[in-house]
This record gives sequence, structure tokens and C-alpha cells, in this order.
Amino acid sequence: MTSRLLSRRTILSAGAASLMIPVTAGLTVPAQAKGLAPTPTMRGGANNYRPGAPIVDRIGGGGFWMTGTVRRAGDGAPLAGQRIQIWAHTTEGHERDPESHGATLTDANGEFRLEMPQIVPAFGQPHGHLAYDSGDFETVFLRPIMKSAKDKTLAAHFVLQPA
Amino acid sequence: MTGIEHGKRPAIRAFLIWTALLLVITVPLAAAAFSPLLAWRQPVYIVAGFAGIVAFALLLVQPLLIGGYLPGATHVRARRIHWAVGILLVLAVLAHVGGLWITSPPDVIDALLLRSPTPFSVWGVLAMWAVFVTALLGIFRKKLKIRPRSWRLAHIALALLIVLGTVIHALLIEGTMETMSKAVLCLLAIAATLKIAVDFRIWPLRQAGKPKRS
Repeated sequence: MTSRLLSRRTILSAGAASLMIPVTAGLTVPAQAKGLAPTPTMRGGANNYRPGAPIVDRIGGGGFWMTGTVRRAGDGAPLAGQRIQIWAHTTEGHERDPESHGATLTDANGEFRLEMPQIVPAFGQPHGHLAYDSGDFETVFLRPIMKSAKDKTLAAHFVLQPA
Repeated sequence: MTGIEHGKRPAIRAFLIWTALLLVITVPLAAAAFSPLLAWRQPVYIVAGFAGIVAFALLLVQPLLIGGYLPGATHVRARRIHWAVGILLVLAVLAHVGGLWITSPPDVIDALLLRSPTPFSVWGVLAMWAVFVTALLGIFRKKLKIRPRSWRLAHIALALLIVLGTVIHALLIEGTMETMSKAVLCLLAIAATLKIAVDFRIWPLRQAGKPKRS
């Protein structure tokens, strides 16, 4: 009885999944045709931003990793040497504190990685802030949210539009 | 159920009701006081958070007072306390929003302008404006010559809006409140406000009856 119920459920969910496929395909295909779209600035991304955060090896004592990639809109080519600014409410300070801010550069693969103190929930969500504002490309502010406040890492990806 | 307790042991019943209310209000506050997040917050941010929890807890007290569900409070006295708690509620909301503004101005400005990235902000702002409108209506009730029936309808409708907005606001926030005590407070605040709405018959029922008063 149970197995019959389960199999019926499986068929139903499989049916639902097959309905989903054309929908997702319809959404992704035109994006590929136009090339990689630039990342839009997120709501609240620029909050408590401090221009000109220094390039640092690590923000504070570390223990948490902010990671991500920077690519060019259109062809998706990785962008090396791009300056990304990072800040958050952490175990060592508020978003507004200058010590909570730091910047890093992308490597040859367009990847960046900066160690910082553990991000803790503030204003209702555990989140970080990132900015690209060096001028060669359009300015973008991101505000990624952690899936869990216990996460030890957070990723954010930039696709930049030439200015 | 209430009939039996009513007649036989009013003192015990009164004691139990008041103790339960005291627990429902103090447990969420005490649980929040043990939140690990407090270690990484400035005093003004901590005060702002607790002002929000106090405001939330007062939302449970208000319908209980005015509905006559709290033993020992006569109708006149209950109404006076309801007024005082209302003023306290406005002050708590102001402390909540003001404290958050000092903590992080851009986040609060975003919330007030309804462009915040956090989905709970809009519910909090809605509840805040509903609290202010309710208070203003209360202050100018006599001047505006609002009829008792219209007053009741408007006041309970606003109360429902405040409680609903606050509950959604609180549930979506990952903050200092402990999950279980928060959920209990949410349920009780909704239940008490709905009970008032039903008891005072703000919507037309099949049989038109007089509103129940204690």
C-alpha cells in the first residue's frame, strides 16, 4: 500500500518536474543568445559604504572567507586585477566602522578571496556588502545573504559592463 | 470551560491568568537577553531591538485589557490602562525605529521609503504607521466626533493590521528573539486580537447581537 502510494507520488513529482523543464529552458536560452548580462546593483548594497577602503591581506582577525568572481559582460571573460571592496557587520565591528572595511584584487582567473571576521546577523539578515567602483566598468554594489548564520564563507559574483 | 472556572475558583483563575500573561511577556524578553548576537551590538542597537520586543508584547496586552479578559480590572480601569499602554506602545515604536536609525541610518531610510532589500521591513513600517494612525485617532476621537460604532470598526481594523504586520515582521527577522517564544507571542497576539474582533462583532454575523462587554 505504502509503496503504491509512494510510486504514485513519484510519478506525480516526475510529471511536475517535466513541466518545469521547458519553463527554465525558455528563461535561459535568450540570455545565452545575448551574451552574459551585467550584474545589477542590489537593493541596499551601498548601505554604509566607505569609498576608498584600503587593499588588505585580511580584515581584522579573520576566520571567515568572502569569495567571488569578476567577469566582463557579454563574453564572460575573467577580469584580473579588479579591486573589490568588502564590508559587513561582524564579530569585530559594525558595518559603519572603518575597521570592518577592506579591499582585495582579483587574480588572473578573475577570482577574489578575502579573509575577514565572522559575519553575524544584523538588521534581520546575516549579509555582506561588496562594491566595484574603480571606474573602468559601471559601479556595482552587491548585498549577498548567507543561507545560514553559521556559514564560514559567502560568495558574490560580478559581471561588469564597460563604463 | 470558562463557566466552571468562573464560578468556583475566581482567585485561582485570576492568579493563573496573570501568571500566564507575565510569563508570555517576560520569557521572550529574557530569552532575547541571552541572544549571542547581543555581544556584537552597540548599546543603542540593543535598546532598539528590545524596544521592538516590548512593543510586540504590548500588542498582546491591549486586546486582553479592553476585552475584559484580565481578571481584577474593571471596565473603567481597564480602559485607562489600555490608554496608558497605547502611549507606551507609541514610545516603544519610536525608540525601536529611532534606535535603529542611529545604528544604521541608510538601512532605516530604505525601510521607511519602502525600498529595503529585507522583506520584513515593509511589514514593520506598515505596523508603525498603523500604530501612529491609531494613536492620532484616539487623541482626536472626540474632536472628530467619531461615532462609537465607526470608532470600534476603525480601531479593531487598525489593531488587526498592526498585529498582522508585526507578526510577519517578527517572524521574518533573524534577530535576538528566540524562535519558540517568538512563535508563541505571535500566536497569542493574533488569537487575542481575533477574539476581540469576534466578541465585538466588527463584521455582520448571521444574528445581529449586542457586543459582549464585561
